[in-house]
Amino acid sequence: MFWQLAISGMALGCVYALIALGFVLIFKATEVINFAQGEFMMLGAFVAFSLLNYGHLPFWMSVLLTLFIMAGFGAVLDRVVMRYLVGEPVFSMVMFTIGLSIFLRSVAGMIWSTDTYTLELPYGNAIVRIGTVVLSGGDLLVVGATALLVALLFLFFRFTDLGIAMQATSQNQFATYLMGINVERVFSITWALSALVAAVAGILLAPILFLHKDMGFIGLKAFPAAVLGGFGSVPGAIVGGLIIGVSENLAGGFLPLWVKDIFAYIVLIAVLVIRPEGIFGIEEKKKV
Amino acid sequence: MRFKLKKTYMEDIKLFPDKIDMAWYGLLLIILSIFPLVAGHYWIYNLTLSGIYCIVALGLNILTGFTGQISLGHAAFFAIGAYSVGYLTTTLGWSYWIALPLAGISAAASGLVVAVPALRLSGLYLAIATMGFGFIMEQVIVQWKSVTGGANGLLINRPSISSWSLSSDGAYYYLVIVMVAVFVLLTKNLTRSPAGRAFVAVRDSEVAAQTMGIPLARVKVQAFAISAFYTGIAGGLFAPLINFIGPDNFTIAESINFIVMIIVGGLGSIHGSIFGAVFITLLSEFIRVSKDFIPAFLREQVGFQTAVYGLVLMQFILFEPMGIYGRWLKLKYLFQVFPLYRKDTFRRVRRFQRSERTR
Repeated sequence: MFWQLAISGMALGCVYALIALGFVLIFKATEVINFAQGEFMMLGAFVAFSLLNYGHLPFWMSVLLTLFIMAGFGAVLDRVVMRYLVGEPVFSMVMFTIGLSIFLRSVAGMIWSTDTYTLELPYGNAIVRIGTVVLSGGDLLVVGATALLVALLFLFFRFTDLGIAMQATSQNQFATYLMGINVERVFSITWALSALVAAVAGILLAPILFLHKDMGFIGLKAFPAAVLGGFGSVPGAIVGGLIIGVSENLAGGFLPLWVKDIFAYIVLIAVLVIRPEGIFGIEEKKKV
Repeated sequence: MRFKLKKTYMEDIKLFPDKIDMAWYGLLLIILSIFPLVAGHYWIYNLTLSGIYCIVALGLNILTGFTGQISLGHAAFFAIGAYSVGYLTTTLGWSYWIALPLAGISAAASGLVVAVPALRLSGLYLAIATMGFGFIMEQVIVQWKSVTGGANGLLINRPSISSWSLSSDGAYYYLVIVMVAVFVLLTKNLTRSPAGRAFVAVRDSEVAAQTMGIPLARVKVQAFAISAFYTGIAGGLFAPLINFIGPDNFTIAESINFIVMIIVGGLGSIHGSIFGAVFITLLSEFIRVSKDFIPAFLREQVGFQTAVYGLVLMQFILFEPMGIYGRWLKLKYLFQVFPLYRKDTFRRVRRFQRSERTR
């Protein structure tokens, strides 16, 4: 029972981790906080769904095309509006992205109506047994895809010039600019990357949960994940997401079921009270 | 160009700057008091609702606009106010006139509880933490069936003053308008007093405020409690107005709605709170009226209204962060200094990497 719940929680935790990763990337590079990350995820899932069902493309092709479309969407969004928000107070950015999420949600409702759809993953119905634990192929695929994506991102940040430029931008925009790096281009690429990660999260989440215009609300649960890991820490986002996913599922199994829905927020408030900088966060000193 | 010479400090913080101003507010009061005699039920109801939201917006503006603390969980305080009135009057049978102040006080008490962990947080973290509080409260409402009626909700009757019943929309309108006037006056006095000045000082710079001898923690807790009190009273007025409350009335969307009101109206101003609350409450009416100018394929869409709502919010933050009231001030200034107004007078200076990570 315990392991069963823990492992199925891990699949959802991976999705939280990917969403949290998406806004940690943006936050680190541009200091914009994206409350619309969940809606990016929803858009990604719907685009993949449309390509698959209306475009009649094969699964892998539609996934790849979705990633391209969403990356383009992120870059265009940055170029058209988000860039003008850099340097604004936190409050404006939070409310702007909330406005964006409301807007995207209602536009999605106009395009895809308010029905609930299903998106099938290949091998989604396969069943794997390890001892007494029964795993669905879908859950394994989610965990595997997340691991692969995280590994690729690690290699990207560690070994490519662009990845290193992005790291530099997140540390000091002005110094990076002086080093001859096109900071504005880095911003656009960060948004593209973040939208891409969100699209992956959406494609993975839709089969486990559902495909609906309101599925972006799940994205709000990634905030506790990011805070738990230490906001602004990439490994923190992943660990935080996994912890939230697993503990939430366990809470749903062993405590009354309604606790499951708010468990992430209870953890969040506990973390903020005990250790606001999170697991991997560095305590930063106040400057005058 | 009109220039007012102020000779004393008391002149600077006077309630009304001059007699002309006073006359305008008097006129507004007269219009508001004859409004129910000429308008239909529908408009009276809408204006009553706007009045209640005005009180919420005033309260939230004290916390967010004046003190600089974000709250994405104000629907929780609104709910506490509404359910206090509901429980005390319907289930326990108490008088509404005792229940209403108690609604405010219980909301303020929970505001104190929230404020203590919130002291260590600022900016983004505070937004997320208060959002979490809102979600937890939503779940508490659904689960605590003995008090809140759970998902079935609560029925609440309109109150009466001895034999005079306030059950008609017109009568209830007067109650709400009087309450709005009282709270506007209260807020105005608060901003003129040392407590209100301390709030603004904390918003502008915590370090500077601290060096001036302002106890940061106490001021923030005060702001939370006062703001929650306003919102609780508004909740207590809201419940009898709509007669039936359920968990759906107090979701995160409602909290966001409150913040949108003060952004659209103008952060940190009393006029702004009123403008914003009225504008957002009547937004659907504006859309309905302007439907003839919107192409058919758009206006028939289900999500059209929420899409406009999201767009309005985004446009205000991008182009007019000071809200409707800010625009009004600029317009007034343009006429005051007429030939001298330059395009850059109110230009915003963009500062890169004004990081709040290390604030």
